[in-house]
Amino acid sequence: MADMLELRNISKLYGRNYANKNISLTVKSGEVHCLLGENGAGKSTLMNVLYGLTKPDSGEIFIDGSEVSILSPRDAIRYGIGMVHQHFMLIPAMTVVDNIILSMDESSGLILNQKKIAKRIREIAGKYGFEVDPFMKVSDLSVGQQQRVEIIKAIYHDCRLLILDEPTAVLTPRETEELYAIIERFRKENKSVIFISHKLHEVMHVSDVISVLRNGECIATLNKEETDEASLAACMVGKEVSFTVEKEKAHPGEAVLEVSGLSTKGKKGNLAVDDLSLTVHSGEIYGVAGVDGNGQAELIETITGLVKSESGKVRILGHDMTNRTPGEILDQGISHIPADRQSTGILMHESLEKNLTLYDYRNPEYRKGIFMDWKKAKKQAEDMVEKYGVKTPGLSLNIEYLSGGNQQKAVVARELEKKPELLIAAHPTRGVDIGAIEFIHGEIVKARDQGCAVLLISTELDEIMALSDRIGVIYDGRIIGEMDREEATVEKIGMLMAGMEENERKAV
Amino acid sequence: MNMKKIIKPVLSILLALLVGAIVIAVVGENPLDIYRSMLVGAFGSKSAVAGTLVKTTTMIFVGLSYGFAYKCGLVNIGIEGQLYMGGLLSALAAIYVELPAPIHIPLCLIAGFAGGAIWGAIAGWLKNRFNASEMITTVMMNYIATYFVAFMVNGPIKEKDGTYPQSERILDSARFPTLVPGTQLTIGILIAIIAVVLYIIYWKKTAGGFEMSVVGSSERVAAYAGIPVKRMIITSMLISGGLGGLAGAAEVLGVQFKIMDGLSSGYGFDGIAVSLLGNNSGIGIMLSSLLFGALRYGGNAIQMFTSLPIAVIYILQALVILFVVVDVFRMERRK
Repeated sequence: MADMLELRNISKLYGRNYANKNISLTVKSGEVHCLLGENGAGKSTLMNVLYGLTKPDSGEIFIDGSEVSILSPRDAIRYGIGMVHQHFMLIPAMTVVDNIILSMDESSGLILNQKKIAKRIREIAGKYGFEVDPFMKVSDLSVGQQQRVEIIKAIYHDCRLLILDEPTAVLTPRETEELYAIIERFRKENKSVIFISHKLHEVMHVSDVISVLRNGECIATLNKEETDEASLAACMVGKEVSFTVEKEKAHPGEAVLEVSGLSTKGKKGNLAVDDLSLTVHSGEIYGVAGVDGNGQAELIETITGLVKSESGKVRILGHDMTNRTPGEILDQGISHIPADRQSTGILMHESLEKNLTLYDYRNPEYRKGIFMDWKKAKKQAEDMVEKYGVKTPGLSLNIEYLSGGNQQKAVVARELEKKPELLIAAHPTRGVDIGAIEFIHGEIVKARDQGCAVLLISTELDEIMALSDRIGVIYDGRIIGEMDREEATVEKIGMLMAGMEENERKAV
Repeated sequence: MNMKKIIKPVLSILLALLVGAIVIAVVGENPLDIYRSMLVGAFGSKSAVAGTLVKTTTMIFVGLSYGFAYKCGLVNIGIEGQLYMGGLLSALAAIYVELPAPIHIPLCLIAGFAGGAIWGAIAGWLKNRFNASEMITTVMMNYIATYFVAFMVNGPIKEKDGTYPQSERILDSARFPTLVPGTQLTIGILIAIIAVVLYIIYWKKTAGGFEMSVVGSSERVAAYAGIPVKRMIITSMLISGGLGGLAGAAEVLGVQFKIMDGLSSGYGFDGIAVSLLGNNSGIGIMLSSLLFGALRYGGNAIQMFTSLPIAVIYILQALVILFVVVDVFRMERRK
């Protein structure tokens, strides 16, 4: 019998980067197939190709052995493919029934029988062992229930292959168990599931076959029996690019940043940072390793005052700066290279000069009363361009026309020229070419040597290993392991990144 | 870069005149004749120039009002309402407070500014507190303001010995002095030009202007750079509203000398057009105010001397804006 699904040499290019590069994989009937990989590894792109949301540059899709072309989700649904997105595609103000009706074609007829549809919804729910009130408004449902509505929607359209995009990210442990039960039921009916995740333990729990994606390529496809979490972690993180950073041993001084028992709510209302504590001393680089989405963004936003914390303390140079305004916190001598350069770090449609002199408004050196000394600010911008080697035809050019590496150099220049006491560097080299990476790493080390405390946040394990003096691993909003650089190994950190704490790890 | 900024609006105006000519021809008039009488009506005599400049004064205030909010990333559609509230407060000060002119006029201006500023700031506060779009709230507040003024002039401040829904005439000490004897031209135009100069200085030279412009480019980056975003939003709406209020004050103190229902014939909405055409810059707003002032005043002439209705002027205005906006749409919304 032919495989339920076969993807053959799928490639998708975004700009100069492959989101997917010659990816082939097969899914059999009754199989739970996991796609494992870090954020940006290409999992979602691949699934969007399969679901008709993205057009691949090359490659073929086969269903039950015959080639098909999937140009839209409607085609995908016709071939029995259903997808539950990470962000649900439901209209909160409408009832469950109405949401299901919305997902139907015109061909379902003009006259809608709400009662009939509601009955069918109850049947499906009953069959898979859960309950849903079809006349409840979606906004009154819990996140877990909303996810079930999405699953019902897929089953309603006779789906044989269900794609779940990081389904457990939003679920409580109990809801996760219930989801596993639904998946199990699916498998028993000889239907297939593609389960996207970056959590190793759940992958090992739920899947039959695991494909590991990294940088857009399918690195390995393994049966669950053949592998274990440790080797999956190594496979997922990869080791090939190694940065070399010349640096002396650190001479840590007094504590500059002290975070204790910090909790902050995330966008979904859960605790994204959960009772987190860490301390960074002057003259040291503290690297926070972890898979994206484990509270890094919220941690930085809380420290810098962009988001208010629920509880806990942030002390900077001994002053309590918990929940103070971003301006007050900046005035303590903080620099911040933000994770998302283009939306947070720079004004895309403004000149390089304006971007380089972004902070001058609060610096008395560049002000005369309420007026700005733009001449002096311009001189400063010129010096930065010179010193940091930002390649640009001029200061008045909009920064959007510079390459990513040069944009990042501009941000680094602006942040380091403030001579900060504390530098928060989030993914300081993301999307930057090799030359610029070395330069930026060098500048961060230089700042450290001058006594700056550096909090480095990166999902690139290599970067953490290359730069840090101390490493903490963040998982689920907490630092679950902390060690000196000398004690750290990729395996050790990889396991912690996957959420396995010391004792668990010994058991493996 | 700079040339482009000038070419675009000029091209829009020329295109509008061209398409407008076709419209006029279709109606059966000679476009050249009409344009000529418009030009004469707007600039043909001393009193025509004065009349155009009086309209220009109002246009400058409403244009600056829209531009000020826009540069902070806000869309103030409520200038009409701010104009009415400013007009009301300045009229109250001009009718019921007795003072010598050198103090009375500034007081009435401050009252006018305050009336608009409060009205604008309410929308800013609603945005900060409830995340209510200022685009919606300002539109709604236009109705409140115009009906409130209608209520006032029909009741509490209605003139004693008249039948019209209008206030008493303002005291002579509150009237803008005439600039050119025998014409309508008052010091209003000078006050408007001072406002333009302050506008330019604020955005080009001050730290506050810089902070506000960063908020206008990206609230996210502004917050990251330590700029108090909410304070900037409310301040911007306050000043924008105040400028709208000054437009009302200028109408009351320099043109109508009283307040009544229908103080403004949609000047508040002209502000959007003026600012758009002038690319939100001080000089640009001044120049486009002159154009719209001339259209408005010259439009009166064609209504009097030809068979064309004033609607032709509105068509021309709309066309100018259409051609400018078509370009504006190509620039992505900066958020």
